Amino acid sequence: MTDTSIHPAPVLTAAITARYLAAVRGRRIRSAVLLALFCLLFGWSWLVANDRNAGGFLAQLPGFFDYPAELLSETAANLARLPAIMASKIPALIETINIAAVSTLVGGAAGALLALLATRALAPWPALVGVLRRILDVTRAIPDVVIALVLIFVLGGGPVPAMIAIAFHTTGSLGKLFSEVAENADLRPVEGLASVGAGWTQRMLLAVMPQVAPNWLSYALLRFEINIRASAILGFVGAGGIGYELRNAIAWGPGRYTEAAGVFLLLFLTIVAVDQLSGMVRDRLIRGNAA
Amino acid sequence: MTATMTEGAVPPAQAAHRLIRRKRLLALAAPVLVLAYLAYAAFAFDLAGVAGRARLDNASVLLQDFWSYKTHVTRPNRGAGAGGIEVAIEGSRNMTYAAGDAPGWIAPAPGGATVDLPGGKVVTFLPDRRLQVEVPDYGTLKIVTTDGGIVLDAPQGPLPDWISASDTRVGLTPDRGSRIAVTKSKTEVFRRSPGWELFFFTLDSEWHPLSWGERLAALTQPGAAASMWHDFWTNKVWHHGDVAWAMGETVLMAFLGTIGAALVSLPLSFLSARNFSLGFVSRFATRRGYDFLRGVDALIWTVILSRALGPGPLTGALAIMLTDIGSFGKLFSEALENIDRRQVEGLRATGANGLLRARWGVIPQVAPVIVSQVLYLLESNTRSATVIGAIVGGGIGLLLTQSIVTQQDWEDVTYYIVLIVLVVMLMDSISGRIRRRMIRGD
Repeated sequence: MTDTSIHPAPVLTAAITARYLAAVRGRRIRSAVLLALFCLLFGWSWLVANDRNAGGFLAQLPGFFDYPAELLSETAANLARLPAIMASKIPALIETINIAAVSTLVGGAAGALLALLATRALAPWPALVGVLRRILDVTRAIPDVVIALVLIFVLGGGPVPAMIAIAFHTTGSLGKLFSEVAENADLRPVEGLASVGAGWTQRMLLAVMPQVAPNWLSYALLRFEINIRASAILGFVGAGGIGYELRNAIAWGPGRYTEAAGVFLLLFLTIVAVDQLSGMVRDRLIRGNAA
Repeated sequence: MTATMTEGAVPPAQAAHRLIRRKRLLALAAPVLVLAYLAYAAFAFDLAGVAGRARLDNASVLLQDFWSYKTHVTRPNRGAGAGGIEVAIEGSRNMTYAAGDAPGWIAPAPGGATVDLPGGKVVTFLPDRRLQVEVPDYGTLKIVTTDGGIVLDAPQGPLPDWISASDTRVGLTPDRGSRIAVTKSKTEVFRRSPGWELFFFTLDSEWHPLSWGERLAALTQPGAAASMWHDFWTNKVWHHGDVAWAMGETVLMAFLGTIGAALVSLPLSFLSARNFSLGFVSRFATRRGYDFLRGVDALIWTVILSRALGPGPLTGALAIMLTDIGSFGKLFSEALENIDRRQVEGLRATGANGLLRARWGVIPQVAPVIVSQVLYLLESNTRSATVIGAIVGGGIGLLLTQSIVTQQDWEDVTYYIVLIVLVVMLMDSISGRIRRRMIRGD
């Protein structure tokens, strides 16, 4: 018994080594082929995209920097007017930020409720969990521009359609993230509260919320950053705010480039400022209260 | 020990009470502040004004068009085609029924036709520009178009509010699904039917008159499948081929933008990670570069790029790529900073050079993070590509904005929305599957 397991070892190792090498080679060939296929697909896709574009990349390359150059030179000539232009766009900027903030609040609240209802361990009606998750998937999948454009038809232009559209999408994405956080919550406080007769709302508010609040807030702040960008973009398709100003500014073309540059700069500064601020707050939320 | 701790400080019980009081205040103040902000926003957004301006009739048109279509039965009252009856879906020239092919609820009659409407209502086109409408529980209406004007002969009593009549125009809306309009130039009857009209085959296709059973049976004949596919793909009403291309362009934008950005920012992120960086300058420069790319945002990149390259998928792909280089650069360099040094040290001990250390010591550690980030952004970029397409004019976003702007092809809008949602959910499930496989390892 012990004899057989020790003595034929050299033969066995040789066979194993050969098999191992063959397996490794097979795997390498397979991944090389996959990689080659992927590279081919990737390169071919660029060609297709280039082909279907109005102007080809190589053909347009010489004039690539014409627009930024004109924009910069005209702005440089009118530099004194830039602060006044930027100041005049502040109300539009505030509207964009308001759209993002309200939709984050509304979407976050709806997402929080749906997340708790769709988390298996916490759901008051476990039978509904699957349905609610599909609903969250669908709200996440519909691009906000679709909802905004349809609502502009019904409600007219302005911030409300954009707000509803972004809030809808926020509900889906925050709902999913929130429910992932809630899944990891410690259930003992919930059971403790249940044992003293607390209702579902009380259990959620007093046992789950304190556990998930830092992560939820952090996700909501991240979403706020994204929503500012989204609300600027929706302004561009007709929902008001800084995006609308941007569209008007670039539609005027030469002679009004300073206007466009002012809006670009304002939007850029806002996005960077909000990113930095929310990054700092999120760091504090996740790492505890140490400043 | 305890003496030093309590010396000059508040007793613990008092401190605890103070803490609880502060928390309670915060718990009350936060919702109040949020509510106050929402109230301010309601004023800033002019919520009351929006409620007043809302076009609920538009909403009902939209909701009906989402799932049903109108068939127009038209008789011109003057001009070349006067007296002849034409049946067309949505009144469209390329959806006009050939004579004798009209749906069953329209029966030709000498000098006119009989049209059955839901609820037992019957409209009869009579010769000499006369129209007779029989409505159960109300009576019979007679409408005569003369050169002087339109004469309505209604039962006794005041006109109900679904009838609007003047010398030049008579309109009847007996229920939600049908409408009758008589003007001096033409007499029209509209009837709504559920479904998306001619979704598979248009009226000029040989497959249109057949039922699904007959179509299935016909599939056994040679060439039938190809002909069916051709008629479906080139459907002149729904343009399935063009829509598929547009959807493909949108996915292409997302694919090229995301993967391109990942390929560019992977080597860059080595320059900006603290533990690999060549020095402060390279780290600072690349990090500010990412901030700039991200801060400029896809919207501005799209605007600038479409000036240079014109509308199309390439513009969208490059706009997504530029923004995402910023996000990936930041994420990847953070992942690189968090790796375990020991594997790299081990490789260094065997004499591996920098490239080999990166390939075998670093990449295996960061690959799961990178792949899951790339897949996550790929899915969310499919959505962004729709929006960017709406701005630059490419892909499904362009079709969507076009059909919304015309304000009548709402069934097309529904079709595109359903398509987008399906594709995004497909990307979601594919990327989720790959991510799970990568993380579990195979």
